[in-house]
Amino acid sequence: MSTQVKFVQGNEACVEGALYAGLDFFAGYPITPSTEIAELLSRRLPMAGGKFIQMEDEIASMAAIIGASLTGHKVMTATSGPGFSLMQEALGYAVMAEIPCVITNVQRGGPSTGIPTHGSQGDVMQARWGTHGDHAIIALTASNHQDVFAMTIEAFNMAETYRTPVILLFDEIVGHMREKLEVPEPGEIPLVERLRTSVKGGVNYHPYLPREDGRLPMSDFGDVHRYNVTGLYHDMWGFPSSDPDVVHGLIRHLVDKIENRTNLLARYKEHHLEDAEIVMVSYGSAARSALHVVKNRRLRGERLGLLELQTLWPFPKDIVREKCANAEAVVVVELNMGQVMQEVKKAVDFPERVFLANRIDGVFITPMDIRKLLRLIQGKGV
Amino acid sequence: MERMRMVFTGSGGQGVITAAIIFAEAAVIYEGLNATQSQAYGAAARGGSTRSDIIISEEEINFPKVIQPNMLVCLTQESYTSYAPIIRPGGLLLTDSRFVKQERKVDAWQVELPMYQTVMDEIGKPIVFNICMLGAVVALTDLVQPASIMTVLRKRIPSGFVDMNQKALDLGIALGAPQKR
Repeated sequence: MSTQVKFVQGNEACVEGALYAGLDFFAGYPITPSTEIAELLSRRLPMAGGKFIQMEDEIASMAAIIGASLTGHKVMTATSGPGFSLMQEALGYAVMAEIPCVITNVQRGGPSTGIPTHGSQGDVMQARWGTHGDHAIIALTASNHQDVFAMTIEAFNMAETYRTPVILLFDEIVGHMREKLEVPEPGEIPLVERLRTSVKGGVNYHPYLPREDGRLPMSDFGDVHRYNVTGLYHDMWGFPSSDPDVVHGLIRHLVDKIENRTNLLARYKEHHLEDAEIVMVSYGSAARSALHVVKNRRLRGERLGLLELQTLWPFPKDIVREKCANAEAVVVVELNMGQVMQEVKKAVDFPERVFLANRIDGVFITPMDIRKLLRLIQGKGV
Repeated sequence: MERMRMVFTGSGGQGVITAAIIFAEAAVIYEGLNATQSQAYGAAARGGSTRSDIIISEEEINFPKVIQPNMLVCLTQESYTSYAPIIRPGGLLLTDSRFVKQERKVDAWQVELPMYQTVMDEIGKPIVFNICMLGAVVALTDLVQPASIMTVLRKRIPSGFVDMNQKALDLGIALGAPQKR
């Protein structure tokens, strides 16, 4: 088998990535604009030997993938804003119980049922803080189908490596448009498989006793070990505890295992940053318009560059600071009211020179929209 | 090649979006080009106004929507009225002479072809109207080989329908070819 060239929707690129990564359990409830993911997996997953379940709602979907992951499966669900809201409680459970899982949110306009058939990037902060309590999370995004494929595989690898939920924040524009996707041969992209304990049956297994590198080997639930899993603060046995040392140790572990690795987890692309006077920071579909502007204006001698973020959480603040250091101005291009712009302002040395180019009316931001703002910043008038 | 920006418009059920997908897929998989296809996505189905944007290029395509098409296809009067003004000066405007009466001149190469009538006279089934339109587009643009379109179609449709689609494509090519500049 060689590389397969396909002409597909972004949602299908996500499906291809998930299957490549070894997805073998999907539970979900279809919702626009993510429906094609469930639709395609309902056919493809059983053919690949996996299980597909359409659940009664998104709460149950999230609960089902948590359970399946504990029994040793690579799991995913897919949804959009309203469903992602319903998943927040169980998402926090997966953070606390350290259960590898991938949640794809193909974003549409919100709040509430909002504008189902139009794109948005309004769930960036929900991905970060949608579930309650201090915690860390990983969220990835992509602007084209090859990267949707690659980031989906990354999501599974990170989920397994760090025993954490990973959120894929795609959007309607990339989800529904069609373009080329090259699916590499199996084995070309490295996969992270479940780290299972070497402790034999009949011997005490401590589900929450980290190894020296911080990783926690798992035992398939229902197999040879009996152990407890809870959303309460818990000790190395998985039993509830309110001992301050246990509570402090666990919250630090949950946050540090991700935030100490912010640079390691950062995925990003640089476009013409070397001599850029104006650096645009963008991600997901909006980065396509930003890149169009960069290429187009470079032809006319304007020194523009683009930093395209693929890891949104943990926010790669050191990288943003470094790449923007020599810019006269930074323009964040996104389809919301400045959710990533606020993070960029916190990261750079000159927050007063960070601007927002956005659209929040359901219309995909055009290169002309961005150029008008650039002209204002450059003092050229609109 | 110059970047080709195309917009196919019509009414839901005429198959303009399917035609757009087939055309772009043929360009990517069998002609080695890059292409993006996107569509206005809404709750409307049959009878509503539909639009699909295609960009074809040897280069990477970033912004996937079409603001000013080099080629515009309108299969209803309503879509013609809405979209004719956005055509790029000097672009190609293709309409079906049964459904669209071209009323005003825009700065474009205007082609009116009896695609629907030909399909009804020669095949008798409106279902392949969109494939006939694709044939005309293939003949007028020279971007994609007819054989590439047929290869995509064979993957998508039951084998019993291949001949009818081939005939519709050939009819469209026969209508479009004499108009080519």
